[in-house]
Amino acid sequence: MIGYLTETLEQIDLPADWIGIRAVKENSSWHAMRDGHPQQNQRGLNQGGMVEVLAQGQFGYSAVNQLSSEALRAAATTAYEQAIAASKWALYRFTPSVRPAIKGEYISPAVLPLNALSVADINDLLSKLCEQLKVSANIVRTSAIARTHEIESWFVSSNGAEIHQKLLLLESHLGAIAQASGVTQSRSDNGYLARSYQGGWEHFSGESLSERAHKIGQQAVDLLSAPNCPTESTTLVLAPDQMMLQIHESVGHPLELDRILGDERNYAGGSFVQPQDFGQLVYGSPLMNITFDTTAPQELASYQFDDTGAIANREYLIREGVLERGLGGLESQSRLSVPGVSCARACSWNRPAIDRMANINLEPGETSFDEMIGSIENGVYMESNRSWSIDDQRHKFQFGCEYARKIEDGKLTTLLKNPNYRATTPQFWRSLSQVGNGETLETYGTPYCGKGEPNQLVRVGHASPVCAFENIEVFGGAS
Amino acid sequence: MTLLSPQSSASVSSDLASSSVSSKQSVQERVFYQLIEAVGHQTAAKNQFFTLTLTGETSQFTRFSQAKVRQTGAVCDGQMQLSLMSAERITAAYLPFTAQFEADWSALSQTLAALQADLPQVPVDPYLVLPVKAQPSRSREVRAGQLLSPGTVVETLLSTVQDLDFSGLYAGGMAYRAYGDSAGNRHWFETPSFTLDYSLFGDRANQAVKGTLAGNRWNLTDYQHNIRHSQQQLNLLNRPVKAVSKGAYRTYLAPAAAADIIDTIIWSGGLGAADLQQGNSAFRKLESGDVQLSNQFSLSENFQRTDVPRFNENGVLASAQLSVIENGRWANALVSDRSAKEYGKLSNAANRAESMRAPTVAPGTLAADQVLSQLETGLYVSNLHYLNWSDRTAGRLTGMTRYACFWVEAGEIVAPIENLRFDDNLYRFLGEGLIDLSDRATFLPAVDTYDRRSLGGIWTPGLLIDQFKYTL
Repeated sequence: MIGYLTETLEQIDLPADWIGIRAVKENSSWHAMRDGHPQQNQRGLNQGGMVEVLAQGQFGYSAVNQLSSEALRAAATTAYEQAIAASKWALYRFTPSVRPAIKGEYISPAVLPLNALSVADINDLLSKLCEQLKVSANIVRTSAIARTHEIESWFVSSNGAEIHQKLLLLESHLGAIAQASGVTQSRSDNGYLARSYQGGWEHFSGESLSERAHKIGQQAVDLLSAPNCPTESTTLVLAPDQMMLQIHESVGHPLELDRILGDERNYAGGSFVQPQDFGQLVYGSPLMNITFDTTAPQELASYQFDDTGAIANREYLIREGVLERGLGGLESQSRLSVPGVSCARACSWNRPAIDRMANINLEPGETSFDEMIGSIENGVYMESNRSWSIDDQRHKFQFGCEYARKIEDGKLTTLLKNPNYRATTPQFWRSLSQVGNGETLETYGTPYCGKGEPNQLVRVGHASPVCAFENIEVFGGAS
Repeated sequence: MTLLSPQSSASVSSDLASSSVSSKQSVQERVFYQLIEAVGHQTAAKNQFFTLTLTGETSQFTRFSQAKVRQTGAVCDGQMQLSLMSAERITAAYLPFTAQFEADWSALSQTLAALQADLPQVPVDPYLVLPVKAQPSRSREVRAGQLLSPGTVVETLLSTVQDLDFSGLYAGGMAYRAYGDSAGNRHWFETPSFTLDYSLFGDRANQAVKGTLAGNRWNLTDYQHNIRHSQQQLNLLNRPVKAVSKGAYRTYLAPAAAADIIDTIIWSGGLGAADLQQGNSAFRKLESGDVQLSNQFSLSENFQRTDVPRFNENGVLASAQLSVIENGRWANALVSDRSAKEYGKLSNAANRAESMRAPTVAPGTLAADQVLSQLETGLYVSNLHYLNWSDRTAGRLTGMTRYACFWVEAGEIVAPIENLRFDDNLYRFLGEGLIDLSDRATFLPAVDTYDRRSLGGIWTPGLLIDQFKYTL
């Protein structure tokens, strides 16, 4: 494909400063079962190519859902016309330096290939999981989902980039809803589709899968008779599957350089972080260490090159609580003159690359789970996100979880339903008082990070240990 | 200004009885129907059933920031979904549609073969709905319009806002939705459409006025009028900001803010039969009759006011109107053909997701020039942001105020406010807390462009609410 695209590129004759072609082929399978009955058995192919042209300092793009040389050449002409029509009104005059001439290849590691299970095997598995989720008559809905994606992309450019990447992804979900006496509670496998990884069926197999399904069903039933989370300011301990959401919304998004530059003001919003904050701002307590890491082999958003061709490395964004670096690709780094990372990503062939999260992780500390809980006289422990809302500057947030337990005198005690908490971002992270050690570290992901105009959904990964925060306002449901 | 005429300029009203195809059909329509015939030949002999749907568009996307161009481009996209059924089983696939028959049939026939291999492997689906000839079985809606040509979008939009901090997205072009099946149902919907979603920013960071413009005919005068109106609001944002403490305040949710509430309700509130049955709905108490909302609140589907296709994934046309909540009481759940089979209910041709496609909130009695005086003292909220359920099955919603929200005293706007978080129960704020609705519904276009440009939008008036709860 690289040779074919390079030949196509050579046939394009336009007075442009730079031309690039990014081709994408995504083969997917979608399988879902509810209450033991099939809901979805679907294959999918999504393919196309985007031609980007830089002329008179302005990029223009044109994308088509076919990969014929003729279609791509026509797209190049359209992209050139787009650039010329807008060049007089360019927000910033770019040079080809924001599209590096890199050659390379990246392929996701997988133990059990995505075609290791037949359609019948997958349905058998999902059916059994639905049975295991239904632990009692109070379970009114069970669901099991498995999706696979093989996403291949090729990027060539007039200044010599030649990049091939092949991502193998497996996304899964288990869920149960329980009802009794007018009370409804739900529980899932660490949040909706949170178990999304790079790799193959090794991420959705083994005995632990059945055990998880049974536990999910049982906890949904147990929650029916639990009291509401109390309203109080207390020590809040968050499990890694809620830390995923916490990191995503209150660290990842505010550090995106395009939000800081104002590109997202009309849609997703801006950021309370200002350009002068890099290298200065005390974002959190000294225990807070956040990395951008696309090198983690199984994490959902690993890659070696972003969609502008820049090589991606592991970088600290926040070190010992101090903000060091933003989430911005070469275009934003050029515009803002602050350090960034290789995170210019597009959701597919039909959208242009913008600043996105990839894998944003909280580095582990030294406290064991037992030590952490044992040190807390009064607090609440929460797991698994179910609700999220934050303002457009990423400052005031309110998040809800599926499951909680009271912490009393160093022990996990009463089960609590409808746990929520609210805070402001700097106050929250500066109250980080304990960070779990590597044994508490867990990795999750989501296929649904939305942003951009036109809108784009991309996959992101987040790894975190268990963490404790002081004096956080928690509360329950209803009323 | 140059305007681009869409491929077909004829407006053909729904042809519900005829099986003939207009001679003015686009290449997309012609190829799509050829593909349906070809699939039919391959499946009939095997006693198999199928549906084939199409979603396609040609789009101009231009993104603005600081009254300059951040990104600009064109996208030509199309996707077919083929569902293959035996008497008891179903499997499906999506693939590109390029409107070139040879290429598309080659890909589709390979996909069909793969699905025929998959079909025996999938379990029996007890709630499978096979295609049957519907009444009416055919429709064809081809809208006329005039959009900006791609080369003139930037100049046309920016020349009006050169002295303003203007940000946003223009998205426009042709859009296609179509359906065909083995029972002979055929539906085609084609429209030029555009949306402009913009913000004007004032001197103070993060204080802005949002606006939208949409339709299938670009009108420069309308655009300039909208910008002037937004500018007037922008002047109010220059006043010193008031930090309002958390608490409960009388609040007017302007139509755009009300639409954010309605959008959350219709997408994730659980107005469908499946969610109600499966414990996934905020409306169980209303459906059961245990509680009521204010008798001023009515929510309905109204396809006569919104430019979206009426056919669902089974090729059945929904009624032009369907009341969901009427004068505060539950009227009808959205019932898909599948839910009808599973729960023994009567289908009202809802889509598979059982979400509303043409939502309309009935207006009340509050005149536009009475809004501030009736609000008296409280908050005028123009926009909301990032809504979610803090307790869905209880009906409790949270979200943020955003852009052009004001503190009002004695019927006069006093100051813009710092953003506040609300957290309140819809049974309260659409129940005893609902004082009135404005006397005219406003159309808020769906401007989202995930995967594809959205069609349609929400008709809603503003909501005057007593003691709306703010928590942070």
